This record gives sequence, C-alpha cells and structure tokens, in this order.
Amino acid sequence: MRSKFDSPIVLLGSRLLAPYIMLFGWYVIIHGHYSPGGGFQGGALLAASVLLIRISGGRVISRLQIQEFATTPLAIVGVVLYFGTGLVAMIMGGNFLDYAYLPIPGMEADWLRYTGMLIIEVGIGLAVMAILIMIYDNMVKGEDHA
Amino acid sequence: MYWELELIIFVFLILSAIVALEVKDLLVAVVMMTIFSFLVALLFVAMGAIDVGFTEAVIGAGVTGILFVVVVYQTSRKSND
Amino acid sequence: MKALKISILVLFAAVLIYASADLPMRGDPDNLMHAEESITGTTVKGSYFIQNAYRDARTPNMVTVVLGDYRSIDTFGEQVVIYTAGLITLLVLRVTRNRRNDEE
Repeated sequence: MRSKFDSPIVLLGSRLLAPYIMLFGWYVIIHGHYSPGGGFQGGALLAASVLLIRISGGRVISRLQIQEFATTPLAIVGVVLYFGTGLVAMIMGGNFLDYAYLPIPGMEADWLRYTGMLIIEVGIGLAVMAILIMIYDNMVKGEDHA
Repeated sequence: MYWELELIIFVFLILSAIVALEVKDLLVAVVMMTIFSFLVALLFVAMGAIDVGFTEAVIGAGVTGILFVVVVYQTSRKSND
Repeated sequence: MKALKISILVLFAAVLIYASADLPMRGDPDNLMHAEESITGTTVKGSYFIQNAYRDARTPNMVTVVLGDYRSIDTFGEQVVIYTAGLITLLVLRVTRNRRNDEE
C-alpha cells in the first residue's frame, strides 16, 4: 500500500527505524525467560517492523523483503516446530510437551525444560509474524496505489 | 498507590474514547483508538500486569492501527454517522 | 433520542461504579485469590506454581513458565487458533480479489 502523496522522507524514516524494531523483537523472544515478553509479543514486533516497510514503500520495495509466497510456509514452520517438540518428547517416553524427555545429552531436567521453552517461543514468534504479514498481504489489493 | 497518575490516565482515556466515537474523519478515529490502546497499556503496567500491558501496547497500538489504516484507505474516509 | 441514549449510558456507568465499590482492594495480600487454601478447603494450584517455578525450569519469569511449561497445551491451542485465522483470511479475501480481476 502506498498513499497518493509520495514522500521519500517517510520511506527514509521507516528504513531507519525498521531494523532496530526487528532486533528488539528478537531480543524480546530470546530474553523472554528473564524479562517481560515472550513469543507472542516478539512475533508481533517482528511483524510490525516488516509491515512498516510495506506500508511506506509500496509493493515493489516490499518484494525485496519477505515475499508473499513465503509467509504461509513460515507459519507452518512455526506451528510444526511447537508440535514437533511435543511429539519428540512423547516419542522419547514422556507425556505430550513434557520437555524433560527431550533427547539433548548432558542436561538435567530443569535445564531441559528451559531449552524446550526457548524452542517453542521461537516457534510462536515465527508463526505470529508470518500470520500477521499474511493478513496484511491479503487485505491490500494488487495495485501499488491503494 | 499512584492514584493521581491513574486518575490523569483515566481522564485522558474517557476523552480519547469520546473523540474516537464522535469525530467525522475516520483516520482521526483510528489514531484516537490507538491512543486509547496505549493508555490502557499504561494502566495495565501501573496495575502490575506487565506482560498484558506489553501485549496490549504491541497488538492494540501497533498492528491493529496498521490494519485499520489499510481498511480506511481502501474504503471511504468520511463517516456518514 | 440522543438524551435517552446518554442517560442510559450514564445510568449504566453509575451501576458499574456502585458495583465496583464491593470489589477487594488491588494488591491486598489478604485477598482470596492470594490465599494458600480456597474457601472450600482445597489447596490453590497457583501457590505451587509460585513456589516451584524457578526450581522446575530455572527461569525467573514466572509467567513464561506458566505459559510455556505448565499450561503449554493451552498455548498450543492458541497458536492453532491464530494459524486458522490467517488461513481463513487467505481463503476469503484472496477469492474475492481473483473474482474482481476476472470481471475487469
């Protein structure tokens, strides 16, 4: 989407701001064990940084970033990462999503739970980012000037 | 505890809600709804629910505002109400 | 008609403010939801989470432990709901766009 009053200042400001928002999103996901935040909030921040370029640059520039056909596989990767973690724990002998049975050598049960939570939060972040970008791409019509 | 600060936030909350309901330009209404979400997030943080406030600030004030702007640009900008 | 609307809203706000006067004070440690035992005599599950969250998962943030470990199947259902919402927007909105392109 691009407004009819075309201004390079808006695009320049968005380009300046978007990488820092994306870095902060990854920080919120990874550091969610120690500070407020987690997969959902970090994924929404990642989606906001991508949507900022999309809403200010139009369709041609946003094609250089995540393309439209890549959003659905990313969402599937996020969901499958969560489900696969639970399934591996169930195959190794525990309950579904019981991270203490994950096959990582050299770890106690509590640190295995820590690692399992990190994996599923990355999965939630990927899925939320891809779904929000997918909703935006489906709402905007095909033309450059919306 | 911080009841003076919360009183100021509540007053601005009611003001932004009334402006968002009564204004004719729908883009102004979207911006007012974004301000409403951000003030609600501040209230959540003041009440001690930091995770809920973070979610409200990111979703309500960020992504929902972008999606509503897209909808306003693709339909009409003036409200008939 | 507008006066009726505004008066109904003010009346409803008065009822809500009157009802909120009976709520317990915020952050009071003597509240019922902060107690070890509920009023029926059973132990509250949240006290176990508060006492053992760091020992079980080595994570200082208790909310992450409850969302990601103790209640992880609930979070998985949430993620499936978000995924289904995205797929529904893909199906509904993309079909109308193709139909509009065919008419032009």
